[in-house]
Amino acid sequence: MELEIPDTDVAGWTVVAASGEIDVATAPALRDRLADLVEAGATRLVVDLEDVDFIDSTGLGVLVGGVRRARAEDGDLRLVCTNARILKVFQATGLDEVFTIGPTVDDAVAAEAQ
Amino acid sequence: MAEIVLEIPPRLDYLAVVRLVVATAAALDPPLPDSRLDDLRLAVTEACSNAIKAHRPEAADEPVVISCHLDDDLFRVEIRDRGPGFDPDALTRLPDPSDPNRLQHESGLGIPLIKVLTDDVTFEPAGDGTIVSMTLKRPTAPPV
Repeated sequence: MELEIPDTDVAGWTVVAASGEIDVATAPALRDRLADLVEAGATRLVVDLEDVDFIDSTGLGVLVGGVRRARAEDGDLRLVCTNARILKVFQATGLDEVFTIGPTVDDAVAAEAQ
Repeated sequence: MAEIVLEIPPRLDYLAVVRLVVATAAALDPPLPDSRLDDLRLAVTEACSNAIKAHRPEAADEPVVISCHLDDDLFRVEIRDRGPGFDPDALTRLPDPSDPNRLQHESGLGIPLIKVLTDDVTFEPAGDGTIVSMTLKRPTAPPV
């Protein structure tokens, strides 16, 4: 399944909506998109995972790299996720302590940074 | 005991097929609960991804072999590759999530995830390759 990554802007945050399965085969597309956005100056990013039904360690690594690059430019990368299946992976790896995760884009944008 | 064997080319785009086949096997009666099927799908993806990467330089024309073993109370999946093997206990420990240095590490979560998500896992050398064996407990079938 391919990732669909249309970008929108919400209150100065660039929202990247991913869908499908993010694994070692598909994650490079997300990595490239996030890197391009930060390089273009969009350092406040939200990755919407609501339509993602699978993520592996490579996908998690892509998000870690994305948040590192965004924070290095005084920005951030936040996540939208309510899917228990996906949240469980973040909790199992401790990455729920690294990312600000909200149930909606508005919540993620308004939340205090981790 | 039933056995289901899948052979795939050492290509990462086959991982979705592996997930589908293994999860379908694990859903046979008595099926693993949905949450455990999710654990299995992720653990198999991590192990099979490592196997493909290790196998491809050594034997690009030979398949990676995934076999599912359905016992009465255990579901075991073995992934056999031709890679050189590794010591899972010798892997670098990732910094704590509260440590800013954690963000410097984009990889290294696969093996820890496999250990957390399965009830048992072994990494054994086998001939000219490696076998990763992961076991999850099946619910006891109801009496007939």
